[in-house]
Amino acid sequence: MTAPAIELKGISKAFGPVQANKDISISVMPGTIHGIIGENGAGKSTLMSILYGFYKADKGEIFIKGQKTQIPDSQAAIAAGIGMVFQHFKLVENFTVLENIILGAEDGGLLRPSLAKARKELAHLAKEYELNVDPDAMIENLSVGHQQRVEILKALYRQADILILDEPTGVLTPAEADQLFRILDRLREEGKTIILITHKLREIMDITDSVSVMRRGQMTDTVKTSETSPEHLAELMVGRKVLLRVDKKPATPGDTVLEVRNLRVTDDKGVERVKGIDLTVRRGEILGIAGVAGNGQSELLEVLGGYMNATGDITMNGATLPLIGKGAHGKSRRAAGIAHVPEDRQREGLIMEYAAWENSVFGYHHDPAYQNGLLMDNAGILAKAQEQMDRFDVRPPHPRLAAKNFSGGNQQKIVVAREIERNPDLLLIGQPTRGVDIGAIEFIHQQIVNLRDQGKAILLVSVELDEIMSLSDRIAVMFDGQIMGERDPAQTDEKELGLLMAGMNGEAA
Amino acid sequence: MEKMPHWADIVLIPLISLVLSALLSALVILAIGENPWTAFKLMVDGALMRSSGWGYTLYYATNFIFTGLAVSVAFHARMFNIGGEGQAMLGGLGVALACLYIPWPHWSLAILGASAGAAIFGAFWALIPAYLQAKRGSHVVITTIMFNFIAAALLNYVLVSLLRPRGSMDPASAKFPEATHLPTFRDMFSTADNILFRGAPANVSFFIALAACVLVWFLIWRTKLGYEIRAFGHSESGAKYAGISPVRITVISMLISGALAGMMAINTTMGESERLVLNFTEGAGFIGIAVALMGRSHPFGVFLAAILFGFLYQGGAELALWTDIPRELIVVIQALVILFTGALDNMVRMPLEKMFLALRKGDA
Amino acid sequence: MDFLSLVQLLDTTVRLATPLLLACLAGLYSERAGIFDIGLEGKMLAAAFFSAAFAYTTGSVWLGLLAGVGVSLLLSGIHGLASITFRGNQLISGLAITMLASGMTVLIAQDWFKQGGRTPQLEGAARFEPITLPFAEALKDVPILGPVYQELISGHPILVYIAFALVPLTWWVLYRTRFGLRLRAVGENPASVDTAGVSVVGLRFAAVMICGVLCGLAGAYLATALQAGFVKDMTAGRGYIALAALIFAKWRPWYALWATLLFGLFQALELRPDLIETVIGIKVQGQLLGALPYILTVVILAGFVGKAIPPRAGGEPYVKER
Repeated sequence: MTAPAIELKGISKAFGPVQANKDISISVMPGTIHGIIGENGAGKSTLMSILYGFYKADKGEIFIKGQKTQIPDSQAAIAAGIGMVFQHFKLVENFTVLENIILGAEDGGLLRPSLAKARKELAHLAKEYELNVDPDAMIENLSVGHQQRVEILKALYRQADILILDEPTGVLTPAEADQLFRILDRLREEGKTIILITHKLREIMDITDSVSVMRRGQMTDTVKTSETSPEHLAELMVGRKVLLRVDKKPATPGDTVLEVRNLRVTDDKGVERVKGIDLTVRRGEILGIAGVAGNGQSELLEVLGGYMNATGDITMNGATLPLIGKGAHGKSRRAAGIAHVPEDRQREGLIMEYAAWENSVFGYHHDPAYQNGLLMDNAGILAKAQEQMDRFDVRPPHPRLAAKNFSGGNQQKIVVAREIERNPDLLLIGQPTRGVDIGAIEFIHQQIVNLRDQGKAILLVSVELDEIMSLSDRIAVMFDGQIMGERDPAQTDEKELGLLMAGMNGEAA
Repeated sequence: MEKMPHWADIVLIPLISLVLSALLSALVILAIGENPWTAFKLMVDGALMRSSGWGYTLYYATNFIFTGLAVSVAFHARMFNIGGEGQAMLGGLGVALACLYIPWPHWSLAILGASAGAAIFGAFWALIPAYLQAKRGSHVVITTIMFNFIAAALLNYVLVSLLRPRGSMDPASAKFPEATHLPTFRDMFSTADNILFRGAPANVSFFIALAACVLVWFLIWRTKLGYEIRAFGHSESGAKYAGISPVRITVISMLISGALAGMMAINTTMGESERLVLNFTEGAGFIGIAVALMGRSHPFGVFLAAILFGFLYQGGAELALWTDIPRELIVVIQALVILFTGALDNMVRMPLEKMFLALRKGDA
Repeated sequence: MDFLSLVQLLDTTVRLATPLLLACLAGLYSERAGIFDIGLEGKMLAAAFFSAAFAYTTGSVWLGLLAGVGVSLLLSGIHGLASITFRGNQLISGLAITMLASGMTVLIAQDWFKQGGRTPQLEGAARFEPITLPFAEALKDVPILGPVYQELISGHPILVYIAFALVPLTWWVLYRTRFGLRLRAVGENPASVDTAGVSVVGLRFAAVMICGVLCGLAGAYLATALQAGFVKDMTAGRGYIALAALIFAKWRPWYALWATLLFGLFQALELRPDLIETVIGIKVQGQLLGALPYILTVVILAGFVGKAIPPRAGGEPYVKER
């Protein structure tokens, strides 16, 4: 019997009081694709960082091809034949593909021979694995899919036979993801061992041979993919049966609140991110925007939130809203009755160093209700924050604690509480449950539905198809800056939406 | 959970940094063949044991309060205003123009006018770097360094070619009129039979500096603008989301910073030399950085740190007078304070955090 | 202006540009590796003093040079410790180092030589003497080329030739060697270097140390070649002009040469205001010429004349992300 390509025995790692990995054992046979699945924060990335020498495990042993191996740094990992494709690429943007490939793996002190050798090797790899990239292109001019290929080529150039990919499809279009899977398939045929880290069940079912499930730093189970089902994996991931549907009554939509016509957004690199969008949101309904991350949804939210440049027409309750440069900013949007729970609460929705009470008025701090003459009414704000935190069950209920000291779910509750409290006509809410624990997810979903039932309009953006399907009253799918189509959640399924997300419009075909 | 208590962060760390700087300075004094303890006693005697010593200490401290506050306000918006020196030079120009060309009836009005002049000129000198940072992304540190040199050249030109009275060889303006002369501490606190603060330059601008401390505290911690400045300093992306304009905050906080730096000139130019001279800033703009770092960008901290540096300055002058230790010793101390509190902060912090973590574990 | 004055002006330009060029290249290595260094001034100043002091004491300019480079390396080490090891603020560290140098040099000079913070005049072997290139005398009378060769090209101290040779060398190292590739990469995206199994800390320290050596040369040139001894604050802002030149040069070696020559020319003209007056007929204020490098740099920084984009990871301490 051949030895496993990788075997981990009893790996544990703690960051201060947080146990990121607890007694993890895993064994992957050569020439297979092994999936590791788990929610955000389950400890997947920490485990792989240990394998790649970024962190030193507190306890445990690593065996590569049957040999006990120490991996104190990346150099050792590379020497052991491990290659890693990170979620955020580690490429030098203004270097060529070739320069990126040889970086750290040069032969000798001069570049010329190394570059020549790499060019030859690259042509060879391109043929063998269908990994075509222009060796002289600048990284910053390549598409995300091609940049990822460069990362894979980097690993192969270093003769890796174990390849770890961390959430590789998060930034890819469905078409690019399919291409990636074909490449992975090819690599497996050539005898490479692949570890695929993801939180997407479909990918696990599609391509892996075996799968390990992680939850809260522990390995809950390892199974053969052919012997399991998505439902079973989902249950292992979250530790109990998942509620796939939110209890809600049918919507009774009223007047149009938000109307967007021919909205176009060009980013500061000159790339058009939103290419002429039309949409309406009415009172008492939730419009869900589905789509793979990076297809213009974030820009849409930012424009509506008042901090991104755009052209087109936006009307709110019949009145035209200004665009940037013509009087638009977050303040005027809020005055128009738009509340916004942003996609990234740590970068946008909260000031992490501010106490919860200071965050409880963030964006509304200029409201006369919070002023006391020339000064801010800190005592009043504090009292109100306390009351809010109690009502939204924020734990711990200490308004003087800095936002960074709350868990993801409780941080999100602080943001949601703040935005809902203003009694807005329209709520923009992006990735409401990203990095939020199950209990808080249900609570937040319930809040969104309640708000709808009070007759408010809600625009929901999420990359989680399940969330879109269970919350929305109408679903619009975005792809490449456009809306591919609109569907009634009762009359569609994941397959149809998935095709739309991939840019394939059934009607047009 | 915080890694260590708040008080350790704001009191213990600056204190340890100060002790480290003092120890190293003591070694330097030893190395040049003097006794650090005697030197320290001399400094204390000269700076703190007589009212005239205090008169100097507080005079220097006044400068450092202004420049320290200037750096602090910019720090809150996460900007490093290294241009306090140049802004102070321009402030001096503002003071001189206000004092020379407006016929003030009384010093109390003159000081208001001169303060306005100093603040406006100082703010103006911060405006261009601020605008370039906000609109064109030019790093404010580099532009303010450049503006320090441009200010020095400008001041030199103005003094030599424009403001210098005919026939004078000195690159300095004419004496300010009598009515603009500020009351010194001696004028204010001496009685007929008890002369205090003899010969010392401390003057009424010290109280303006104190008022500035209080105002800055209210501004930063109690007003909408301060809330926005701090929010922007912590997270620019968050500020944008909340409808806080980065351009506006960048420009406003630099204007306030420049105005505060400029205002140190009322102390030196109006209060002490009573005319505009070259090099009147004497590096106070840079000391402001040490003061702000040491004072953790808090007005009260800045006040204490400014007094400390005032003491060092006056004590250093005493040392130079009575021993072979040149005044430059204080530059060394100041450099060490900046190094430990600013750049090597983690070196002091990391072991402390470990210690507190261990202590907490012991408790549990 | 006659031809000879022009040649003499350019000759002065070369002499004044040399310390700027050395310091500018020093900054280039450091900043290309992602470590901002506003402490060039301080390192130069410390090197100027120690080179002069040791040259005077030992009578050998070469030992002086060694001491100058040594102290500059020491300060570089502090900068590295603060900004690489302890991930502190690079700007604050640079500033502190400059202050430290400005205080310590006077302190030590006073203690050592008791001449009010200066060293005694250097003479003979304690100074770098001009080198006369072959045939300089013989070719002196050839029209045009003769004076150019004899006045402008020949007759400089060795450090001038070293500085100019460092330009192509730096270009070659940066763009043609493994070290250069890694150096540029670590300034653009340190994570790319780290994941490739190369030490970010090691590379950045190497860059900071090269910066130290070059600042050492610049300082030594000031005190032992351009002038004959150390005086208080003798760098007079040259470290900052070099920094300005580095931005002006957009962090590239050949551009650095042109930028420092331009700024050297300003300094040369400042010494000869009469020349400008004879050429353009207007009296230009010396202060304006002195401030010109800074003004030009602000204009460049403002992006009105071609945008200067610094290395992307510049100024940021590298922290591995989870």
